[in-house]
Amino acid sequence: MRRIRARAVRAAAGGAAVLSLLAAATACGGGTSASGGSGESSKTLTYWASNQGPNIEADKKILEPELRKFEKRTGIKVKLEVVPWSDLLNRIMTAATSGQGPDVLNIGNTWSASLQATGALRPWDEASLEKIGGRDRFVESALGSTGAQGQDPAAVPLYSMSYALYYHKKMFAEAGIAGPPATWDELVATGKKLSRDGTWALGAEGANLSNNIHQVFVLGKQHGADFFDAQGRPDFTSDGAVKAVKQYVDFMAEDKIIAPGNAEYAQNQSLSDFAKGRTAMVLWQAAASTFASQGMADDEWGVAPVPVASGAPGQGTSTNSMVAGINLAVFKNTRNVDGALKFVKFMTSDEEQRLLCSTYGSIPPVKAAQTDPAFDRPELKVLRSTLATSAQALPQVPNESQFETVVGTAVKNLFAAAAGGRAVSEESVRAELTKAQAQMAQG
Amino acid sequence: MTVTTTASAGPRDDREPAPATPPSPRKGRRPGRALPYLLLLPALLLEILVHLLPIVIGVAMSFRELTQFSLRDWGAAPWRGLDNFRLVVDLDAPAGQALLRSFVTTCLFTVASVGLCWLLGTAAAVCLQDTFRGRGLLRALFLVPYALPVYTAVITWSFMFQRDNGLVNYVLHDQLGLLDSPSFWLIGDNSFWALLTVSVWKGWPFAFLVVMAGLQNVDREMYEAAALDGAGRWQQLRRITLPSLRPVSQVLVLVLFLWTFNDFNTPFVLFGKAAPEAADLVSIHIYQSSFATWNFGAGSAMSVLLLLFLLLVTGVYLFLTSRERRVSRG
Repeated sequence: MRRIRARAVRAAAGGAAVLSLLAAATACGGGTSASGGSGESSKTLTYWASNQGPNIEADKKILEPELRKFEKRTGIKVKLEVVPWSDLLNRIMTAATSGQGPDVLNIGNTWSASLQATGALRPWDEASLEKIGGRDRFVESALGSTGAQGQDPAAVPLYSMSYALYYHKKMFAEAGIAGPPATWDELVATGKKLSRDGTWALGAEGANLSNNIHQVFVLGKQHGADFFDAQGRPDFTSDGAVKAVKQYVDFMAEDKIIAPGNAEYAQNQSLSDFAKGRTAMVLWQAAASTFASQGMADDEWGVAPVPVASGAPGQGTSTNSMVAGINLAVFKNTRNVDGALKFVKFMTSDEEQRLLCSTYGSIPPVKAAQTDPAFDRPELKVLRSTLATSAQALPQVPNESQFETVVGTAVKNLFAAAAGGRAVSEESVRAELTKAQAQMAQG
Repeated sequence: MTVTTTASAGPRDDREPAPATPPSPRKGRRPGRALPYLLLLPALLLEILVHLLPIVIGVAMSFRELTQFSLRDWGAAPWRGLDNFRLVVDLDAPAGQALLRSFVTTCLFTVASVGLCWLLGTAAAVCLQDTFRGRGLLRALFLVPYALPVYTAVITWSFMFQRDNGLVNYVLHDQLGLLDSPSFWLIGDNSFWALLTVSVWKGWPFAFLVVMAGLQNVDREMYEAAALDGAGRWQQLRRITLPSLRPVSQVLVLVLFLWTFNDFNTPFVLFGKAAPEAADLVSIHIYQSSFATWNFGAGSAMSVLLLLFLLLVTGVYLFLTSRERRVSRG
């Protein structure tokens, strides 16, 4: 009796073990085939869009009808996923490592050279560029932020933006200030008049690493510093770089025209402060739609070029913006190159550019689309002329994204020190930047 | 039940006729002995797949130069031997100094957090040991932080810690006037206290739960006997409750230590990917070294060192506590 029972139990156990093994094996099998699914058929594409609108749902609402339009024309179905900015770079890196990713994706244009170095993106050689109408369709400055010089671009420009000075008209009028400042000295002088009774002159996002980089990069240009030498090696501690970072942090530490609380801002709180009339100026890119969503009417704010020392923006030390924007890239592992190129052609077509850029409040990097009256608003005129005449691309070097993190963190730490009432000196700035540079050397 | 009896009975039955017919006992014994292993096999395989394999890959990565250039074809990344380890433990270089500082911060944070969690949990459990009206409600209330999803809870805390609009400054500065000026909690040196507050708030209900369960096993008669002998509440706590809780506390402290030392979610959600120096825990530090600067080799080397450290601490702790138990028993 016992024996029979033992045998039955053994058989049952063996069976169960085999079953669970099979289950494990099939689970693995299922995993591989499922993850290999991207672009397997020439009739589908996976597209990772970045978050351009007020939120991810809004992006879906804006993009879905366009994707259906594309499907109707080409028969290719596009699966859309809008990836939040906080995840996008990690998602792309994971995709690069595993080889399983989207077919087409949006990238921050400043990451172009970094991602180019990973080899995860399909290079845009002349033949590919011809398929979407050729290089000449795009604005030159936007093409300058698509990868390292001398190499085929890693991506093509999709939406362009530049920085401008947004000012609160009512607050200016109440302080008796006639117009927006054109030089930094004027900005500080104006700022001191505006910073009183709980209101402040300038807003900053002290804990937002990318924003910090955009600001100190431009100030660096104005002080003749580049943050990278000609060989692409980090050079964060040059006198110009130290001066640039100090000048930016000093708006809070020394000039006291930025509220100390801004040191911990990282989620566009400075824009809500502006809309609420607590801050009179912000240096921002394409802020119109955000102001509108905060309940501000278009005539309540004005736009001027970001100040430069000379008062007249231009090239070199008169640079007053980085080339901001989004690029569109094709993932190297795509199995549907043809479809992917068609989709890029569609997204960069004059028609889509007009539609999407005017919806998002950005500037089309496609020349022909810029002539649309939608881009003649005073704000976009300033942004467009900045982009055309006085904007420069962030360094197109492989470790650009590391630069954003480590120098952005250095500026964040300095803002934290300034907000805590500690003095910010050339030495303390240099010390933070030295620490940042040491982190780069690890690699 | 049947499984255990039959499995252990199998070999015993076979043992007697063994000399007469040698091959048969072997036949019978093997499946009997193998059965437990066979039953464990699926779990073992999954364990290897889900836990051990990533650890092994992580260890392998720590010997390679894995950066953005080699990421795509990471199998072919160049070997660097012990270079990554040399880099992260070199105390004359910034990377080593930063790791050491982060390690010290983490140790202080862990000791403070585990200590407070244990203290609060034990105190609350002891106070709620006697029945009174509303005890059930209080017990449920105390467990709320444990039941909330980590992200939701920590995001709420990050709102409360905001300088200009946060609840913490509103209470401490605006209402109670304890602070001269509103403080920053999410940047600068105060971030350590913010992190500790959230960590203790999140961790102590678990200690409360475990100690509460442990208290159920303490014999009530011991208290009665002690009371008859004239022991007050404090003496009862010191001489009966705490010694009886010792085995439970030992496991609890170990688990809390491992969870707190490794905690990634709390600092990440509270501070984002660049934590202030005062709150730069090792887990966040490793994340930044790997994902923000794209040096996965160095990041893996730090992870391996962390693993070795935790293994060492756990080993020593278990050795000491088990010896203590043996001594007290003998």
